[in-house]
Amino acid sequence: MTVYDIAVIGAGPAGLAAAETAAARGARVAVVDAAEHPGGQFYRHRPGDDGSRHHHWRAFTRLRDALKNVDHLAGHRVWHAEPGEPHTLHCLVGHADERPTTVRAQHLILATGAHDRSLPFPGWDLPGVLTAGGAQALWKGHGLTAGARAVVAGTGPFLLPVATGLAASGATVHGVFDANRPDRRVLPLATDPARAIEAAGYAAALLRHRIPYRTGHAVIAAHGDGRLEEVTVARLDRDWRPLPGTGRTITCDTLATGYGFTPQLELAVHLGCALTEGFDGTPVAAVDAAQATTAPRVWAAGETCGVGGATLAIVTGALAGYAATGARPPASLLRRRARQRRLAAALAAAWPVRDGWKSWLTDDTLICRCEEVPHSRVEQAIAAGARDTRGLKLLSRTGMGRCQGRVCGYAAACLVGAPERPDRPIAQPVRLGDLAAGDTAPIHPRAGADT
Amino acid sequence: MVKPLGGADVVVVGAGIVGAAVAYECATAGLTVAVVERDQVSGGTTGAGEGNLLVSDKEPGPELDLALLSLRRWREWAETLDTDIEYEPKGGLVVASTAAALASLTALAEGQRAAGVETAAVADPRTLEPHLRDGTAGAVHYPQDSQVMPSLAAAELLRRPGITVHTGLTLTGLTLTGGKITAAVTDAGTIPTGAVVNAAGTWAAEVAARCGSELPVAPRRGFVLVTEPLPRMIRHKVYSADYVANVAAGTAGLETSPVVEGTAAGPVLIGASRERVGFDKTVSVPVLRRLAAQAVELFPFLTDVQVMRAYRGFRPYTPDHLPIIGADETVGGLWHACGHEGAGVGLAAATGLLVAQGLTGGKPALDTAAFRPGRFGRPVEEAHA
Amino acid sequence: MNITVDGRTVPAEEGQTIAAALHADGLRAWRTTRVGARPRGLFCGIGVCFDCLVTINGRASIRACLAPARDGDVVTTGGER
Ligand SMILES: Cc1cc2nc3c(=O)[nH]c(=O)nc-3n(C[C@H](O)[C@H](O)[C@H](O)COP(=O)(O)OP(=O)(O)OC[C@H]3O[C@@H](n4cnc5c(N)ncnc54)[C@H](O)[C@@H]3O)c2cc1C
Ligand SMILES: Cc1cc2nc3c(=O)[nH]c(=O)nc-3n(C[C@H](O)[C@H](O)[C@H](O)COP(=O)(O)OP(=O)(O)OC[C@H]3O[C@@H](n4cnc5c(N)ncnc54)[C@H](O)[C@@H]3O)c2cc1C
Ligand code: FES
Repeated sequence: MTVYDIAVIGAGPAGLAAAETAAARGARVAVVDAAEHPGGQFYRHRPGDDGSRHHHWRAFTRLRDALKNVDHLAGHRVWHAEPGEPHTLHCLVGHADERPTTVRAQHLILATGAHDRSLPFPGWDLPGVLTAGGAQALWKGHGLTAGARAVVAGTGPFLLPVATGLAASGATVHGVFDANRPDRRVLPLATDPARAIEAAGYAAALLRHRIPYRTGHAVIAAHGDGRLEEVTVARLDRDWRPLPGTGRTITCDTLATGYGFTPQLELAVHLGCALTEGFDGTPVAAVDAAQATTAPRVWAAGETCGVGGATLAIVTGALAGYAATGARPPASLLRRRARQRRLAAALAAAWPVRDGWKSWLTDDTLICRCEEVPHSRVEQAIAAGARDTRGLKLLSRTGMGRCQGRVCGYAAACLVGAPERPDRPIAQPVRLGDLAAGDTAPIHPRAGADT
Repeated sequence: MVKPLGGADVVVVGAGIVGAAVAYECATAGLTVAVVERDQVSGGTTGAGEGNLLVSDKEPGPELDLALLSLRRWREWAETLDTDIEYEPKGGLVVASTAAALASLTALAEGQRAAGVETAAVADPRTLEPHLRDGTAGAVHYPQDSQVMPSLAAAELLRRPGITVHTGLTLTGLTLTGGKITAAVTDAGTIPTGAVVNAAGTWAAEVAARCGSELPVAPRRGFVLVTEPLPRMIRHKVYSADYVANVAAGTAGLETSPVVEGTAAGPVLIGASRERVGFDKTVSVPVLRRLAAQAVELFPFLTDVQVMRAYRGFRPYTPDHLPIIGADETVGGLWHACGHEGAGVGLAAATGLLVAQGLTGGKPALDTAAFRPGRFGRPVEEAHA
Repeated sequence: MNITVDGRTVPAEEGQTIAAALHADGLRAWRTTRVGARPRGLFCGIGVCFDCLVTINGRASIRACLAPARDGDVVTTGGER
């Protein structure tokens, strides 16, 4: 037998919950994950970590322990998901010693998570400017501080753990700047006790570290000669336009910046899954009440079908695990999903991205970092007839580089005024020699050996 | 009721490279032009192919004559257009792996030379392409083979004064009076005009039908691999002699032949497969593997180079592999400029010229009988497969 | 354990990525871009942006933020390829 019943792609909260649930129901499960250690973004940790840096660590240790009932294929990057009976996952393992391998499974659960969503501004490609998640990953995954003097900017509640993480790692944090002014009365944190406690913890930590928290402010430019030396912070109007005369500079060597998250949809697109609009109107994989996508024998969970945090990821993961094994889920789980979705929608509404960020751009601000395309060329391409990100790519090279528009895609879509259409047949770079060599023999399931 | 848009002497359907070329040449001839494009500039196959302007892959005959005319026109355009369209006369190198292949390649080159193509036999192709594998039987160099960036070229051509581009507008039909066109009908209004040019590429059969005519144009899918950016390692467009046979083949089955070229921007492009599978966008891993294997075979150093992305497009295929250029034989004022399959970029310039000459009553620069829309008679059954 | 970066010995911890080892060593940029020779280092930290590319043991274009450091790894920085 070389075919798994279920392959889960992603070992974050969603994937782990899906695997645990499916394995508990007797399925032969593989968890295929690019990372070396399980946990995804939320439970990113160091080997030997005791969990003191983490919320919900106990939930994680339970999920991690359940991995003994499945084949955890760590460090396996899926470069293409080929639909079929069975489905085939084309993977790459290793780095300097990279080699291809193949996983076959009758059913797939996509739990590929999300990456930081960035907005461009002058100087955003200076070394020392990191995504918020990138700064967090250095701390959670390596115990490293991103820098000595840090600023955190962007929008969303995620900025808080990033700031407290930076402070705990030894950085002096000169401020957290959230471009939105979330209305305290509709602030939905209160509807979720766990989150309210978490938020209170962050607030206390900000106080303890004397970190100023400013809403309605943004870093609108970064400056430095070859590396970040200072940022310009300005007060914004409701539409995120800087209010004249409010700009001031802060000396820093590190800026952690993030404006939410973008789901990783390439594998869903390979498999032919229809996309729909997520909580904030950007594309996500469409799923039904059972977390089934529109593609045969493919389910999706976690941020792949909507950015809503770790709890929603766990709940949808478990639901996908039930559905993929043909089982009825407990009603309590469905209720939790409904509540978490309401919460996610409320969070998306309270922390939107407003159009005024475009006024931060100068003509020479890079929109596409890979192909080094400045804002002026993007505008020229729009004037020449580009109507969506594909047209922008063809007429200006925006999104044509190595990252295939993952980093600039959101901004490019806003600038051209049409949603992103993620289409990346090759989700991870693959060497021509490995591609040429043909399909490798599929991995033999170990887990749930024949009974 | 549909509202009238501004009128034009000619309405061109499709803002791909062919529509852009037709619009440009018509405007140059003094006509006012409205371009109707349902998606965006280069939103069709022009944005999903490559930009080779080839004479090397064409057998002597009407298509080669068209290609030679087109090549001259492209060179003039590159000199006169304001923006850089990445025109590069890099030359092609066709490599034969066996003595037999070399013999037929040499015979082909002789015929091409008689038709006006510059060719040069190359005993050791590695003098021109140092990273090519050794042990090939020989090659022919085609210095005229060139390249442009088709999307940029289309956008630039469409900027010519006299052309109005309507993106996001679909041609839905025609208004005829006494068997002659008086307006083009779109989903957002009518455009009064006496002439409509169907430059809808792979969708030209659909547009012909909306106009009350019939054409046998069908999709032929192609994949291209794009590597990470490299310093210039490959200078020509390099392909194997088998390519010519594949281009000419009409079978529905998969055909691949390595066509490898470096680009000014750095990535190496590896094309291209040919398959008749309708408009199926699903990625075919076996096709990608085949393209990779053939590229590595030609250039062994590519083994360690990463493929960064891949894309696919649908070529506008016709049963006899010749484009359709000329006046419709039933609908007065309807013209066709479509069905260029895998050579639409290369053939666009001459196509534009011929259509403009036809519409203004000028003498065509070459005999267009072979491209007549009416040549298929009743539509060929399999073309609709 | 140690890795070599452009001939220099740099300490690395078990479980660290190459990027983390470079970052811990104080490096913030280790590559320049093709067009504008702009310096680049870590940005996304999770393998998405391709800013952090290095050559490891002769194999080019590896994302330093994904590759775990192994004792004796020979890392070359600079361009893309
Ligand atoms: C860098 C970063 C840091 C974050 N840190 C926090 C935090 O500290 N606190 C917080 O509340 N939220 C954090 N988030 C938000 C986080 O996305 C969610 O809280 C939660 O982790 C989502 O769970 P998930 O299971 O849907 O996806 P993830 O946890 O993102 O897991 C997805 C997994 O899929 C794998 N994967 C994706 N594509 C492939 C592929 N092609 N092949 C193989 N494997 C693949 C990834 O490597 C990853 O391990 C962070 C997000 C990012 C991007
Ligand atoms: C992989 C691949 C590689 C290739 N390589 C080369 C090469 O190297 N050299 C070369 O010369 N050629 C090459 N080609 C072929 C070339 O791309 C095509 O022949 C050429 O782009 C066709 O151009 P077109 O303008 O006729 O069609 P298109 O570019 O498809 O333009 C037609 C336009 O019509 C629009 N349209 C359709 N219906 C309507 C309607 N009802 N109303 C309004 N608008 C409508 C479409 O949206 C489309 O934009 C390649 C093709 C592929 C797929
Ligand atoms: S830092 Fe983005 S890929 Fe490594």
